[in-house]
Amino acid sequence: MNYNWNWGIFFQLSPDGTYTYLQLLLFGAGWTLATALLAWAIALSVGAVVGVIRTSPNPWLVRLGNAYVELFRNIPLLVQMFLWYFVLPEIMPQAIGDWLKQSANASFYNAVICLGLYTSARVAEQVKAGILSLRSGQRMAGLAMGLTLPQTYRYVLLPMAFRIILPPLGSEFLNIIKNSSVALTIGLIELTAAARSMAEFSFQVFEAFTGATLIYIIINIVVVSGMRWLERRVAVPGFISMGQPAAAH
Amino acid sequence: MITISKVSKWYGKIQVLKNCSAEVAKGEVVVVCGPSGSGKSTLIKCVNALEPFQEGTITVEGISVGDPKTNLPKLRARIGMVFQHFELFPHLSVIRNLTLSQIKVLGRDPKAAAEKATKLLERVGLGAHAQKYPGQLSGGQQQRVAIARALAMDPIAMLFDEPTSALDPEMINEVLDVMVTLAKEGMTMIVVTHEMEFARKVANRVVFMDKGEIVEDAPTADFFGKPRSERAQQFLSKILQH
Ligand SMILES: Nc1ncnc2c1ncn2[C@@H]1O[C@H](COP(=O)(O)OP(=O)(O)O)[C@@H](O)[C@H]1O
Ligand SMILES: [Mg+2]
Repeated sequence: MNYNWNWGIFFQLSPDGTYTYLQLLLFGAGWTLATALLAWAIALSVGAVVGVIRTSPNPWLVRLGNAYVELFRNIPLLVQMFLWYFVLPEIMPQAIGDWLKQSANASFYNAVICLGLYTSARVAEQVKAGILSLRSGQRMAGLAMGLTLPQTYRYVLLPMAFRIILPPLGSEFLNIIKNSSVALTIGLIELTAAARSMAEFSFQVFEAFTGATLIYIIINIVVVSGMRWLERRVAVPGFISMGQPAAAH
Repeated sequence: MITISKVSKWYGKIQVLKNCSAEVAKGEVVVVCGPSGSGKSTLIKCVNALEPFQEGTITVEGISVGDPKTNLPKLRARIGMVFQHFELFPHLSVIRNLTLSQIKVLGRDPKAAAEKATKLLERVGLGAHAQKYPGQLSGGQQQRVAIARALAMDPIAMLFDEPTSALDPEMINEVLDVMVTLAKEGMTMIVVTHEMEFARKVANRVVFMDKGEIVEDAPTADFFGKPRSERAQQFLSKILQH
């Protein structure tokens, strides 16, 4: 193989004349994180609501929640990205559509919404599983004490359900970081796109993607340790798992 | 105080309560017994509307439980309930299990709620465990916390659904003792249990259920003296052998 290794490339100016290649990669990482964090905020809040209504006593709400999850889970993320970016502005009223197309950060907003809703369906699935893993007596106990159904979810069911699903939610958060790279297809210069453009301009393909990989790994390590810390912090004394108090039997 | 009148309930096509009627006066202790699957849990869960029923009426101090206009959380807040598996909230400390609904439902000041909780925990002999979590307590302790939690709401009546049947034998009495004291203080109680000693000691009446029906509803002495129905006789002789 005839390849000129050049690790110094990161500190050379990129063709834009202002920033080094390393800085470009870091900007990309910044967009990746911004996209992932905002999308995660959407995923968590929408996913919690959808997960909750799928366990509600109202069959119509359950159906609505199920339909939502099936819709967002079964269409490939890439297709959803295109639908939001290319199709949505066309079917919206003209004024909104034009604004969407011309907005400077259109691809960013689209990526956040698309990734957020896509992941919300997956979060909803986890939230539902978490709630259903609790004994039905927990809901009854909350109601029997005079809490309303929303209060029972808020103070009794969700605090335990979220603790139980913390590990899979952590994986979903890692997924959202990785999935944010799909946004390069609609023009967002996130980390993968930044690495690609570095490779194209500098011809140092291996260095560019090694750099990106290292940054992904660092983000990953930070997230995983953050999740570990959170799991320890919210751990319930004496609680083993799956809604069974340790000393009950 | 609690009137159950001609209540029937179906799960799909299966009828689990058949035309059940019973009355519980203020200060009365009624023990409900019967074979597993006879509808005891279902019946007492109908009283605080945890289970809906299709026919008949239940009133609690004149308020109709089945009426769609009834404010159910408000009604339930006045009726204490103790479950077979305790159903403490594992993520809350013992004291916060007792203060949660005092604060969220009754709107009590957190300090007053905590004081009340502390007194009740002392009363059930668990004053030293206020800051522990349910998972750090034994079954008997957890069930006593559950009773204290229900009492924290100043209920007008208490429902018990087999409160000792998930407990190791050596823990049964510590829970029954709390219930006996409560009964002697005049609490209105419906207790689903097979603890016949408890029934003999404190129950005013015993209700025997079988296959969704109230087969017998008799003063305690009469029930243990000679149950009228054959089914109750068989049940009694079986259970008293143990
Ligand atoms: N959620 C449910 N769906 C269908 N059937 C039920 C449900 N809960 C209870 N049952 C049935 O109702 C009957 C009465 O149950 P239950 O009240 O729990 O009896 P008990 O407390 O006397 O053992 C049983 O036959 C049981 O199988
Ligand atoms: Mg039962």
